[in-house]
Amino acid sequence: MATTAVSVERKNYINAEYGIRSWLFTTDHKRIALLYLVSITAFFFIGGFFALLIRLELLTPAGDLLTADMYNKAFSMHGQIMVFFFLIPSIPAVLGNFLIPMMVGAKDLAFPRINLLSWYIYIAAGCLYILCIASGGVDTGWTFYTPYSSQFSNTRVVEAALAIFTAGFSSILTGLNFVVTVHRMRAPGMTWSRLPLFVWSHYATSIIMLLGTPIIAITLVLVALERALNLGIFDPTRGGDPVLFQHLFWFYSHPAVYIMILPSMAVVSEIVPCFSRKRIFGYNFVAMSSIAIAAIGFLVWAHHMFVAGISVYSALVFSFLSFLVAVPSAIKVFNWTATMYKGSVSFSTPMLYAIGFIGLFTMGGLTGVFLATLGIDVHVHDTYFVIAHFHYVMVGGAVLGFLGGMHFWWPKITGRMYPESWGRLAAIIVFIGFNLTFFPQFILGYLGMPRRYWDYSHMPEWQGLNVLSTAGASILAVGYLLPMVYLAWSLRYGKPAPDNPWQATGLEWRTPSPPPTFNFDEIPVVTWEAYEYDNMPLPEEVTLER
Amino acid sequence: MSDSHAVGATPLAIEHEDRPELRHHFADVEQQRNAASLGMWWFLGTEIMFFGGMFCGYLVYRRIYFPEFAVASKSLDLFVGTFNTIVLICSSLTVAQAVRAAQLGNRKLQVRMLLLTLLFGLSFLGIKTYEWGQKYKEHHIPTFDYNVIGGEGDLVKGHEHLLGIDKVKKDPVKLRQREAEIQRHTKIFYSLYFALTGMHAIHMIVGVGIFIVITWMAHKGRFTPEYHTPLEIAGLYWHFVDIVWIYLFPLLYLIDRKPGS
Repeated sequence: MATTAVSVERKNYINAEYGIRSWLFTTDHKRIALLYLVSITAFFFIGGFFALLIRLELLTPAGDLLTADMYNKAFSMHGQIMVFFFLIPSIPAVLGNFLIPMMVGAKDLAFPRINLLSWYIYIAAGCLYILCIASGGVDTGWTFYTPYSSQFSNTRVVEAALAIFTAGFSSILTGLNFVVTVHRMRAPGMTWSRLPLFVWSHYATSIIMLLGTPIIAITLVLVALERALNLGIFDPTRGGDPVLFQHLFWFYSHPAVYIMILPSMAVVSEIVPCFSRKRIFGYNFVAMSSIAIAAIGFLVWAHHMFVAGISVYSALVFSFLSFLVAVPSAIKVFNWTATMYKGSVSFSTPMLYAIGFIGLFTMGGLTGVFLATLGIDVHVHDTYFVIAHFHYVMVGGAVLGFLGGMHFWWPKITGRMYPESWGRLAAIIVFIGFNLTFFPQFILGYLGMPRRYWDYSHMPEWQGLNVLSTAGASILAVGYLLPMVYLAWSLRYGKPAPDNPWQATGLEWRTPSPPPTFNFDEIPVVTWEAYEYDNMPLPEEVTLER
Repeated sequence: MSDSHAVGATPLAIEHEDRPELRHHFADVEQQRNAASLGMWWFLGTEIMFFGGMFCGYLVYRRIYFPEFAVASKSLDLFVGTFNTIVLICSSLTVAQAVRAAQLGNRKLQVRMLLLTLLFGLSFLGIKTYEWGQKYKEHHIPTFDYNVIGGEGDLVKGHEHLLGIDKVKKDPVKLRQREAEIQRHTKIFYSLYFALTGMHAIHMIVGVGIFIVITWMAHKGRFTPEYHTPLEIAGLYWHFVDIVWIYLFPLLYLIDRKPGS
């Protein structure tokens, strides 16, 4: 990128080397983070395109824009791309990759070459998936439920399963790198209780990646084998058990929800104290609640299967455990709000995203408690209520966290400030567009509109809410495109960023923006707790207001 | 707080200059070794989960279709399986000896032990291939002309009572139904058998590949008593793949070989 406007000619990770080879063969965690940023953004737009098709189809009750088969493929590929190729790698592979070594005071992740390898594996998986789309796509839903996926679907199931299998290894390697880095690469004096909460949350995320992902890998291999070799592992007509598939699938895919949300919580835990100018409230509780979410998250999977014929007793236990996982999530929300209480809150762009996150995640989380309740779950199972619930968590939670984090660390990553007023405008547009898209879906689901239906002409009274939802989606799209434009603009025309524009604590702010290749000129010795905002000066107004 | 920083190349610690194996981002060799071994341990944790999914499926189906699984399990060649287990345990011993030799700085012994390891590993794979070949001849490989009733790979004979054949022998319709069930359910056993042993064999092949590189490095004298992390880490992997087999062997070959009939 251009560095003409930077007056000081200092070497940083961006201008250290030039040329395509210096990017494709880099082992610098910061450059790999940028490689990931470009690739996940591409997949975000492919997934978004399928979302657009879905919303356009549902604008009218009749199935008129797409054929039924096309519609099945659209929602399947929307889900698979967004989950496996955008949300799971999003914050960990971009912000986590960029920041964790700096936050713990290391020169790089523990295994830089494995880090690069993980990106190549991701790209290989992505190419395989694009091949799958190009050769006709897949229509199993993102869940690959058997026996439909293994016996009946005549779409590209094997290709999609292999792509997701491969992408899994990229996330395993990222998680492995993070865990080892946090354990072994901390700077002198950086004790566990001084780690930023961003690191704690990513540590919890990595544990889920490591212990959960292999299960989906082997499950998808078995589905692909069953399909390709005509085995009978999950097919009931040959003695197989389709419910076993669901158990194995959700054993990973429920914890995967926490892979998507914990990193966003990580971002919010950094933004909220910084823009409240206060130490985080209850550091230990916030840190430990991340670990608790990861641990309890492994024990709740069967709440996706209450209507799949599992025993009532096990359903009761899983219902109880699912209530339990709400506790650590609630601890986090209470601690963030308590941090803001009596703080000097400034509503800059990252803070707007963080506050939006807290509100939307709370709604997503609470409706999750509804769904964990056996009776209500039977009523709204497989309806738009579920769709709205998990979009509140995955878009309202995970994507808002990602956008907030991108704005917060943009000056550090690129060395440029983004235009603040545009940033705030986009944050508000995203918030409004999001709610307009997904709130009507709660009502639709409660009224009984099933998910994955292409045609609702038997219930034309659902059209009003669907029109609202589609209108909201177009506003949301504007909210996503705006940051693309002004962030790209800021690369060339943005004001050069100071080393610490927000006067934030954290080691990543004690190094130049953008940082040098090895992050620190000398490895810091840490003698202070995280979030000592009492000792920090207020940020200069100039950096807050463009 | 945002103090400015001197700009320039990171000063390398003195230790980096006389330790070529020390990578730039580690403070010392100790840290590098700890990171590598922790990384391998966590990776092995993911491997446990990977095999765990199949183990779980195997145990679930074994419970549902116990008679068929017991009979199919009996069809595996116990002698060959046991022999292979011994071969694999020997290979773990030689790996441990190679690490010991590296600690003592004995290069010759190191290379010899590593070559023995490769020999044992390849023998295991060879014997496994032979075993799979036998299964092919018996028509026990799903999708390859699979058949367990009558013919070469007959499983019913001698187990009519356990499989519930003698109860329905009088009724040809029920008999045919039961036989079809036995075909289906034993097929699940063999599907899982080939998935488990196949996945294990893939891990063995990867292990042999790794150990060819390690043997070459040992031959070149790369490992010293102070530094032999790659050998140690590769050894961890090898032992792990052995341990998977140590669980597979009883699950597939041993338990309930003589079900009360």
